[in-house]
Amino acid sequence: MADTHAEHTGLAHQFEDLAQQHDADTLGIWIFLVTEIMFFGGMFAAYAIFRWLYFAAFEGGSHILDIRLGAINTIVLLASSLTMALSVRSAQTGIRHSLVLFLVLTMILGGAFLGVKAYEYHQKFVEHIVPSLDWAPAGEVLVRLAPGGLDHAQLYFFFYFAMTGLHALHMIIGMGLLLWLVLRARKGSFTPHYFAPVEVVGLYWHFVDIVWIFLFPLLYLIGGRY
Amino acid sequence: MSSATLEPRVNTPRNYLNADYGWRSWLFTLDHKRIALLYMVSITFFFVIGGFFAVLMRIHLIEPQGALVQPETYNKLFTLHGVIMIFFFLVPSIPTVLGNFLIPLMIGARDLAFPRLNLLSWYIYIVGGLFTLYSAIAGGVDTGWTFYTPYSSTYSNTQVTAVVVGVFINGFSSILTGLNFIVTIHKMRAPGLTWFRMPLFLWAMYATSIIMVLGTPVLAIALFLLALEHLFHVGIFSPALGGDPLLFQHLFWFYSHPTVYIMILPAMGVVSEIIACFARKRIFGYKIVGFSSVAIAVLGFLVWGHHMFVTGQSIYAGLIFSVLSFLVAIPSAIKVFNWTSTLYKGSISYDAPMLYALGFIGLFTMGGLTGMFLAALATDVHLNGTYFIVAHFHYIMVGGAVMGYLGGMHFWWPKISGRKYPNGWAALAAAIIFVGFNLTFFPQFILGYLGMPRRYAFYPAEFQVLNVMSSAGASILGVGYLIPLIYFIWSMRYGPVAEANPWGATGLEWQTSSPPPTENFTQMPVVTEEAYAYAAEEEPSRG
Repeated sequence: MADTHAEHTGLAHQFEDLAQQHDADTLGIWIFLVTEIMFFGGMFAAYAIFRWLYFAAFEGGSHILDIRLGAINTIVLLASSLTMALSVRSAQTGIRHSLVLFLVLTMILGGAFLGVKAYEYHQKFVEHIVPSLDWAPAGEVLVRLAPGGLDHAQLYFFFYFAMTGLHALHMIIGMGLLLWLVLRARKGSFTPHYFAPVEVVGLYWHFVDIVWIFLFPLLYLIGGRY
Repeated sequence: MSSATLEPRVNTPRNYLNADYGWRSWLFTLDHKRIALLYMVSITFFFVIGGFFAVLMRIHLIEPQGALVQPETYNKLFTLHGVIMIFFFLVPSIPTVLGNFLIPLMIGARDLAFPRLNLLSWYIYIVGGLFTLYSAIAGGVDTGWTFYTPYSSTYSNTQVTAVVVGVFINGFSSILTGLNFIVTIHKMRAPGLTWFRMPLFLWAMYATSIIMVLGTPVLAIALFLLALEHLFHVGIFSPALGGDPLLFQHLFWFYSHPTVYIMILPAMGVVSEIIACFARKRIFGYKIVGFSSVAIAVLGFLVWGHHMFVTGQSIYAGLIFSVLSFLVAIPSAIKVFNWTSTLYKGSISYDAPMLYALGFIGLFTMGGLTGMFLAALATDVHLNGTYFIVAHFHYIMVGGAVMGYLGGMHFWWPKISGRKYPNGWAALAAAIIFVGFNLTFFPQFILGYLGMPRRYAFYPAEFQVLNVMSSAGASILGVGYLIPLIYFIWSMRYGPVAEANPWGATGLEWQTSSPPPTENFTQMPVVTEEAYAYAAEEEPSRG
């Protein structure tokens, strides 16, 4: 086996050539993303059922969320997709310093998203609308939630935390993968012939962005607000 | 492609087994063949544990009042038996052992596409298994393997979280294995190995992998929601808080019905290989058999509602699920008819693998036909929740999947271990298993038809004769399973050395030595003919 040879080309022993390896890597990540769609899909299906059953509660819950923070995060995440795409482009053209730069920018944007998300979670504790852990809505919040029924509003916030939490977990994993890419890129592991890891992580990152593109309207924009 | 990998021929009988003996060389191996053996040992372990719970149940049911345990314990026995046998033995069995070992060999590759992912899958499996074992030791779980709410949420006082986490984790092992297989079969086939030259085992593994990849994530999310419900009492599955317990059943069966095909499709693939080899004939209707695997995988996703005929789901949904469930019978029957047609005018020999394959056809047909009773709405109302169901799915899963697994192990054991086992003992074991199995489970059809419900620790005295028959059969079945375990272990040291192709079978895996070298082939193979190019009349051993 060509292990010594593999050191500088990135070719694993089970493949004949880099083209075959690249094909396998990209097919692998696409299939993985299909499993992710099924994974989130189960939760979206459950969400759809309860939104249909308890629309008023979901609408009331949605109106408590801060739409500006959600919109800012959407823009941040879309921008991170752009920098991720530019990372892949830099890897393809073999410009190492711009590859590292764009990967770091993607991480910064991802970190900004998580920061805003953490602040939003914090707000929920302040407003006592964390289902089962800290559920005691009062004042203005209570007025908005009451028409849909508090139990059902709790379901809405359960979905809010479960869906955005699962999404945030994917973001955190993505940040770890980006860090791994940065370290490898600095060592010069990627060449215009071997950049599959950058492309694979890029596809994963875009997928996580797309999930948010669905989560934002489903959670923040229920019913007419403006 | 092959020219790039010409390697010096090594004449010492180096192979994947004697390449290295240290424990690190096993626990950190990236070789698909060694990972297959890691799986083989671990699933055998779980099979013994799951079997142990079954033995306790059958002993308990000898007496109408129950001979052994308290009813609460009985609930835990059938739950753990189901959870361990399904998630930790049947689902991984053929794919992770035979699939892991054979897919690269059959397609003429050096390894799976992602060897590290493959090893990771095994570790994930082990971690999931440890959680499940912990739950068994720490007090057990009594929800039934289906984890229905509210047993598993509102009214649960057992180790539901641990076992749910275990099954959840184990699911990722399945997903990654399926992903690995799909990519490998797509991208790593040897030159000349077109889709329609692939052995049918590969078609079956491909269809199985599709189900693993599409179905398992939905189980994962269902269990994720269940764990949240259990920990935080949010009420997504609890009607008291506006939730819906049926939603759990929908999500659960969306995975768990296709899972039945994860268990049976690989066994069908094994049987296709064995039948062709021991009838020394090309498989009848190769393309149809291949496509029927994919058809079963696709249709299998559309029938989950037949588990819920009596739950209060819409009658129109029930009608559609009923029709679709009948449709699955078509590709299944196609396989049975085509295997039978393959036997017609074949020159059949009755070596041990063939006995298991023939046993499979008989038992699977029984299991499949009794499934039709359950797909029909009216009869299902009577039979649902009785021993008829228990007998039906054991005919599929034990009579089908386990027979297929054992048949495959007997067929490829010379390739895996490089040794032969005693054929006489193997034939005897196959006969004992067939007799013991039927004695165990056929009476349960009658019990169920007479109305004995499943999952009860007691039963009316009039059912005792049939229950004692079933328990007696189980003890015979247990002996039948013990014999192969003994002679397989014996053969590793004392068995006669196997040649490269002891059965005279076609297929790339038989062209390399037994056991294969670590890199599988000393010279990368090129395929020039279709699968099963058995010339029935002349030259029985080619390749």
